[in-house]
Amino acid sequence: MNGVLILLPIALLLGLAGLAAFFWALRNNQFDDPDGAAARILIDEEEDGAA
Amino acid sequence: MNAARQITEEHTSVLAVPAMHCAGCMSKIERGLLRREGVIAARVNLSSRMVTVTHDETVDENDLTRFIAEAGFEAQPRRRQAERPYSAVKPLLAPLAVAAFAAMNVMLLSVSVWSGAEGSTRELFHWISALIALPAIGFAGRPFFKSAWGAVKRGTTNMDVPISLGVIIASGLSLYETWVGGQHAWFDGALMLLTFLLAGRVLDAMMRDRARSGVEALVSQAAKGAQVVGADGTLTYLAAEELQPGMVMRIATGERLAADGEIVSGSSKFDQSLLTGESRPVALAQGEMALAGTLNLEAPVDVRVSSAGHDTTLAEIARLMEASTQDRSRYVRFADRAARLYAPAVHSLALLTVVGWLVAGASLYEALVIGVAVLIITCPCALGLAVPVAQVVASGALMRAGVMVKDGSAFERLASVDRALLDKTGTLTLGRPVPDAVALAALSNEEAGIALALASHSRHPLSRAMAKALATRGLAPVALENVVERAGEGVFATSHGRAVALTRPESSGTTAVLLRTGDGADRLIPIADTLRPDAREAIAQMRGQGIECSILSGDTARAVAAVAHETGLTAQANARPEDKQALVGRLRASGHKVLMVGDGLNDGPALAAADASIAPGSASDVGLQAADFVFVQDSLSALPRTVQVARRTMQVVKQNFALAIVYNVFAVPLAIAGLVTPLIAAVAMSASSLLVVANSLRLVRAAK
Repeated sequence: MNGVLILLPIALLLGLAGLAAFFWALRNNQFDDPDGAAARILIDEEEDGAA
Repeated sequence: MNAARQITEEHTSVLAVPAMHCAGCMSKIERGLLRREGVIAARVNLSSRMVTVTHDETVDENDLTRFIAEAGFEAQPRRRQAERPYSAVKPLLAPLAVAAFAAMNVMLLSVSVWSGAEGSTRELFHWISALIALPAIGFAGRPFFKSAWGAVKRGTTNMDVPISLGVIIASGLSLYETWVGGQHAWFDGALMLLTFLLAGRVLDAMMRDRARSGVEALVSQAAKGAQVVGADGTLTYLAAEELQPGMVMRIATGERLAADGEIVSGSSKFDQSLLTGESRPVALAQGEMALAGTLNLEAPVDVRVSSAGHDTTLAEIARLMEASTQDRSRYVRFADRAARLYAPAVHSLALLTVVGWLVAGASLYEALVIGVAVLIITCPCALGLAVPVAQVVASGALMRAGVMVKDGSAFERLASVDRALLDKTGTLTLGRPVPDAVALAALSNEEAGIALALASHSRHPLSRAMAKALATRGLAPVALENVVERAGEGVFATSHGRAVALTRPESSGTTAVLLRTGDGADRLIPIADTLRPDAREAIAQMRGQGIECSILSGDTARAVAAVAHETGLTAQANARPEDKQALVGRLRASGHKVLMVGDGLNDGPALAAADASIAPGSASDVGLQAADFVFVQDSLSALPRTVQVARRTMQVVKQNFALAIVYNVFAVPLAIAGLVTPLIAAVAMSASSLLVVANSLRLVRAAK
């Protein structure tokens, strides 16, 4: 029971932190271009000098 | 880059680039822009097919368009820059996140209750659950409560009514249970229900967003307007909205009119196909009326504006369309039709259960708990996912095949179509002039080289068509001297001391160009709009699907007859926009489900009036806006493919509904018997939802 009393607030806080992070991302327009974000990882940065 | 750059003022421009679709395109455009002098930053948004460029005042939107063109992509500046596109997804993301967060945490607590937590531990867990769940339900449930309240106020019912009732009653009862220290709380069930349903809504909204932004990128946002001749002869550019009756516009060759007006000087031929569907250019001289939206083909003319803005013929067509669109919005979606039967059935079932248990001698409290269990178990969780998941997966498959879906309900409407009307110009045909292949093949290499060189000196639509067709022969253009382009006549030059010219033929029944090379006979090259590739196969496939096709065109009987003969379809010619709309109406009244395929402004009212509509990507803005589906390739095979996908989607949707009903058949008797605990409800709900999602995923390859 004592363990639960410590673990419960920790679990809830961590969850809330996740939720807060999501809201932060939402407010910073990180969900504006899901397709672009998925494709961007494929862009080869080294190509820059050669091109 | 350097210090000087920092001081200069920064501007931001947004350009639409409809053709980009992959990481390669993104990097080509971004790097192509960044390499330019004056560009500070470039960021592509692939979802909306837009690129945002930060630059200094040395470059403007025209330069940017050119830079992107040199990188290999067509771009158009967006007219309204500041405005953020409205997204249907965004307002739903926050409720979904809250519901999912709360559901997970409450579920965690519930699991320990189910595994045997007793006494004060259980009470504590229930209280914490209530603390998390009640505000979360209040926030995440708002989209449903609002829609349900709207329906109840109007005296109707929709899927949101049983959802809202189930969630609210479950929360209320659970709160009471918590208060009296009872055994079962349903917070986890209510939250899970909201999470699943919101996921369905988000998917639905995502599909609509994606399609709308795709179409928005296709719609040319370039400022439309005209060069206005001032009193002192100076030219100023005015946007279409600023044009006033009485102003004189100078319309260059290849330009579209921004307002209706009377020609005050000059004469030219005009392409009115956007308005009437007639492909043959119409000659208009001084004193005659030219209409907004028509394309000036031959010589620059001055036009005095007679009506602008909302008074033009264009605007009249827009009004016709609006009326049709309202008519179609009365269509009731499959899911809502199901809800009309489902909601009353479920509610009376729950009520009967309560009454039944009371009669059988249970206490009011016991009877209520069982009634709530019935409501929760029948809550249309899988039903809420059944339609959106299938539609999202199908539209993703179609999108990869080059067809954009603008409205989810379009699948339902298209699946039942049994009659198709096809426009001619731009729909069955490519809608752009293509030189006759036989006449081109007859040219010697020398003649072709001269023609290519001449054609590349002009921006006239026919010259550009010639240049494009000849370029595929892989010839080098011949060197020319003294090149002159005379408006309305052609391009003239000398080559190796001989006079050569690419001109308008003096008399010709059809559109053509005349090539004079100095020696040898003059060559007449007919230029016509050709049938799309696979048009015949596509029509045969449609017939195989049980859809009877016919042509409905605003063009002359002669032009339509040729295409009708080639495709083997019956045809109606000389149809005005209102005639097209009326024919659609007549067919619908006689019990047909009508598919309209068209591109032009003149098809707009018919596209809006038909049960379902498809437009090619080359269509006018009006056509793109009015159609349910937009296909971007040249091939007409997109039509039967879209129909096939729509039918398979409806099959899967119906299977999903069947699955949901089978689930109810098993679960409801348990609930009525009072055997369902929160644990069983949670398992049953997730299992049925997963089943429906898995079934819908089979549509991934539907467009192959």
